[in-house]
Amino acid sequence: MDITFKDVSYIYQANTPFEHRALSGVSFHIPSGSFVAVIGHTGSGKSTLLQHLNGLLRPTEGKVMIGDYQISAAEKTKDIKSLREKVGVVFQYPEHQLFEETVAKDIGFGPLNFNVEPKEIERRTGQAIKAVGLPEDLLQRSPFDLSGGQMRRVAIAGVLAMNPEVLVLDEPTAGLDPSGQREIMDMFSRQHKNNNLTTVLVTHSMEDALRYADHIIIMKDGEKYMEGAPLEVLVNKEELQRVQLDLPEVIQFLHQAEKQFGKAIPYRKQGIAQLAKELTAVVKGGESHG
Amino acid sequence: MSYFIEFRDVSFRYREDQPWVLKDVSFNVQSDEWLAIIGHNGSGKSTIAKLMNGLLLPQKGEILVDGVQVTEDTIWEIRKKVGMVFQNPDNQFVGTTVKDDVAFGMENHGLPRKLMVERIQTSLAAVGMNDYEAHEPHRLSGGQKQRVAIASVLAVAPQLIILDEATAMLDPKGRLEIMETIRNVQEDQDLSLLTITHDLQEVVKADRVIVMNQGSKWLEGTPRDVFSEKDKLRNIGLDTPFVTKLAAELSAAGLPIQREPLNHQELLEDLWTLHSKM
Repeated sequence: MDITFKDVSYIYQANTPFEHRALSGVSFHIPSGSFVAVIGHTGSGKSTLLQHLNGLLRPTEGKVMIGDYQISAAEKTKDIKSLREKVGVVFQYPEHQLFEETVAKDIGFGPLNFNVEPKEIERRTGQAIKAVGLPEDLLQRSPFDLSGGQMRRVAIAGVLAMNPEVLVLDEPTAGLDPSGQREIMDMFSRQHKNNNLTTVLVTHSMEDALRYADHIIIMKDGEKYMEGAPLEVLVNKEELQRVQLDLPEVIQFLHQAEKQFGKAIPYRKQGIAQLAKELTAVVKGGESHG
Repeated sequence: MSYFIEFRDVSFRYREDQPWVLKDVSFNVQSDEWLAIIGHNGSGKSTIAKLMNGLLLPQKGEILVDGVQVTEDTIWEIRKKVGMVFQNPDNQFVGTTVKDDVAFGMENHGLPRKLMVERIQTSLAAVGMNDYEAHEPHRLSGGQKQRVAIASVLAVAPQLIILDEATAMLDPKGRLEIMETIRNVQEDQDLSLLTITHDLQEVVKADRVIVMNQGSKWLEGTPRDVFSEKDKLRNIGLDTPFVTKLAAELSAAGLPIQREPLNHQELLEDLWTLHSKM
């Protein structure tokens, strides 16, 4: 589904002494099938933006369009329930929202609410638990007997079982160990490709943004600060430093290497082995000019 | 050689019918040292931290803090010497203002009021939060909250501070704030530091690293020693820093890299030396 923001502003507690403008005049267009990373510091408006994507918040000004759905202050969104069926949101620390007696019931809770047939729920539950890399024999266990990492996966499986068309991820790997982080992100990337999803990832990790996203939006103080392809946005040291973001480590290193050797190695998402070959050529290149 | 902390063949399990979480673990922490513990979730890292200040007591072996064995009778004495900062900044506040919160730990240890007033000032100044004395803790940013948590620990004047994934829930800016704060404090005051972390950038700055795997001490050494064992680390599924991986690939591509680099500068220096010789 295409996602379009048109001059969206959101004000918390408008017309009170606590009035706070969290989003201001934000516009962008995300074509269906994109994998977008939204980056910015705490308080930059990322989470507020995200809550507009399934109508949890309605813009104070402007318009949000998701597929055929329109969300604006003026009119009530038609059929908001079916929008929420299509936009799956994985919130921060989603395992805090587990509550059912068994893993199977927890995963099936979403589809059940949308009147999906029991047989179909069972099928989707089996599929979802496999997708998140958990063994099926966990289905009859209590989610509260699982480890933190497993609980996180169960919560994610619950969102996948809705068969969403849009996947919204709010720092889905926070607090996991590095191998867990990688596994979860690779899993989302597979889901994205295999199911033709539109994915919006809110993250602090420049590394993840570079690795997984095909489009980057950087937020600052409630406004869109930068937008573009990862290899345009994430190489711009000065602009990023102005919002206290760092370059991804590999790009940082290549910048330093260029300074040292006077020769640029352009980054085009090549792997470390390939980078090493190109860097070796630069290091050995000493013979020709000096 | 005197150690501030000694673990002697320590084993721990939560219940008798459950497997050992720690198995025969022995190591020492010296005064003024920064020791980092890494390992998977469930490797026993956090259990070690909780054993150090008596939140848990071992079933086998013994733990000495500043020469005193950790037992139920000594935990109060030991908690004055060992302060802990946990992962979730929201779970460690009790006071309604920053000042009250810093005072809370000292009240528990029965410090005289005059000393408390003084320590509130100095410990908040040490973490750069003295302008926030009257603020409500829950309205601070994540990084600020963790700085206040560190101030509360400092106020009790411990000899060891344990950071148990204390930066894991912060954004990169908050993470940087905390590590700068803690390093300044460690330089000013004679403190040992124990960090339990997944952040490899943090690990390479420590004096020494212990790698835990399935409840056992698996590797111990300087960051350079530990990351030289990158194949071993990969075998238990632990990640290594970017420069470590790049150096390995450069060696494979035929460059004779001499030392295990810990940061970009070291690798670039060595590459420059090679370049000059060619």
